[in-house]
Amino acid sequence: MLAIINYGLGNLTSIQNMCRRIGVEAMITDDPVLIGKAERLILPGVGHFRKGMENLHASGLKPFLDKLVLEEKRPILGICLGAQLMTKHSEEGDVEGLGWVDANTIRFREEGLKGLKVPHMGWREIILQGSNPLWENLPAEPRFYFVHSYHFDFQRADEVAATAVYGAEFVCAFRKGNVYGTQFHPEKSHKFGMKVLENFSRIKAEP
Amino acid sequence: MSQVRIIPVLLLKNGGLYKTVRFKNARYVGDPINTVKIFNEKEADELVLLDFNASQEKRGPDFKKISEIAGEAFMPMGYGGGIRTLDDAKRVFDGGFEKVVLNSILFEDLSIIEQIGNIYGAQAVVASVDVKKSLFGKQKVYGQSGTRGSGLDPVEWVRQLEGAGAGEIFLNSIDRDGTWEGYDIDLVREVSKAVSLPVIACGGAGNIQDLKQAIHEGGASAVAAGSMFVYQKKGMGVLISFPAEKLKI
Repeated sequence: MLAIINYGLGNLTSIQNMCRRIGVEAMITDDPVLIGKAERLILPGVGHFRKGMENLHASGLKPFLDKLVLEEKRPILGICLGAQLMTKHSEEGDVEGLGWVDANTIRFREEGLKGLKVPHMGWREIILQGSNPLWENLPAEPRFYFVHSYHFDFQRADEVAATAVYGAEFVCAFRKGNVYGTQFHPEKSHKFGMKVLENFSRIKAEP
Repeated sequence: MSQVRIIPVLLLKNGGLYKTVRFKNARYVGDPINTVKIFNEKEADELVLLDFNASQEKRGPDFKKISEIAGEAFMPMGYGGGIRTLDDAKRVFDGGFEKVVLNSILFEDLSIIEQIGNIYGAQAVVASVDVKKSLFGKQKVYGQSGTRGSGLDPVEWVRQLEGAGAGEIFLNSIDRDGTWEGYDIDLVREVSKAVSLPVIACGGAGNIQDLKQAIHEGGASAVAAGSMFVYQKKGMGVLISFPAEKLKI
C-alpha cells in the first residue's frame, strides 16, 4: 500500500488515479495510523512553501514524518512542492524546510534565465544522472511536465538524480537513501510519469 | 530550444462537450471523459476545460463533474467557468486541476488573483481575456462568455492582470473562435509584447501552420485550439486529434 499524504495542498487525485491506472493501490490520507502502515509514501504538493510547512506543522505530521523517514527509512517520494519541502530552506517565504536532504530551494536566477520567463512551465526533457531505481526502463532524456518558480540547489553531486536546462542547468530530481524527490509532475507526464510511479511502487524499504 | 505547449480547449455544458463558433452556436461534440482518454493516448501537452456559460448563467463550477474529468487526465489541466472565490479555486485544485482560469470575476475583483497565487503559486492562476472588435472597430475585452462589453483595451487590461499577479494570459479572439481562419496575429503580438507573462493564443487555429505563426510571428508562449482538435476538418464530423509534430522555439 502506498499513502499519498494529504496536508491540504495540491493535486492528490491525479496521483491516485495514475496509481490506479498502473495497478498500484494508493490512498489519500492525513491519518498517522494509515500513513504509518503504508509501505511507501508520497509527499505531493502544489503551492507556496510557507503554507506547505505551516500545514505540516499545524497538522502535527512533521515530527511523525521525520521519524518514519529518518529513523525507519520508509521510502518517500516528494513531488514538486512536496520535494522542495524536503530541503533545508526555501527562498519562497524564507522558511525552514524538513531538511531531509542537503540542499536549499531557491528562485530561478535572472542571470541564468537569459530572458526566459518564470514560472518555468511546460514539458522538458531531463538528463538522468547516475543510477537510480526510479529511472529503470526510462529512455535517455524522457520528457516530463514542470510548473515551478523555485528549484533545488544542491552542493553535493551524489544526491543529484537528474537535471534539466531552463536557461541554465538546474537539479530537477534527487535521491538520498530512501528519500526521493522530483521537481516535475510524474502524475501529469503520461507514460514516463507512469513508469516513475511504477518504479517507486517497487522500491523496498532499506533494512 | 524549448518545446511549445499545444493545448486543446474543451468546452463543457450540461456534462457534455461542445464547440462554438464566435462563442455561439454550441454544437455537441462528445463525452468529456472519453475525449480526455483519447487525449491521454495522444499525449496532449495540456488541456483546458471551460464551463463556458457558467458566469453568464450565474452558476458556480460543477465540482463533481469536473473532478471526474480531471481524474482521467494524465497531463496538466486547467479549469475555468464560474470561479468567484478562493474557496471555489481551492475546490478546483482539490479536484485534480493544476490551474484555474479566471475571467468574469476579474472585472469585479482583481485581488482574487493574488489570494489564489499566495496559496497555490502564480503559475496556477490563468487570466483569461476574451477579445472582439467593437462596433467602432477597436479591439475590446468582453466578459460573461463574450456577452458583456467592458470597454477595456486588451493591452491595458493584460498589464493590469500582470500587475495583479496572474501567472499566464489565456488570450481568446471571439471573432476567430471556431472559424478555422487562423489566429488574430496582430492581437497576439500586441498582447505578448505588452507583458512578460506567458501568453496562450486561442481562437481561429485551423492547421499546424497557424500554430507556428502564433508562436513565431505573434510571440505566443503556447497555442490553444478547439475545432482543430475535435473536428476532422471544417464543416466535417467529430474526430479527436492532436498533432504528432512537436513545436519548438
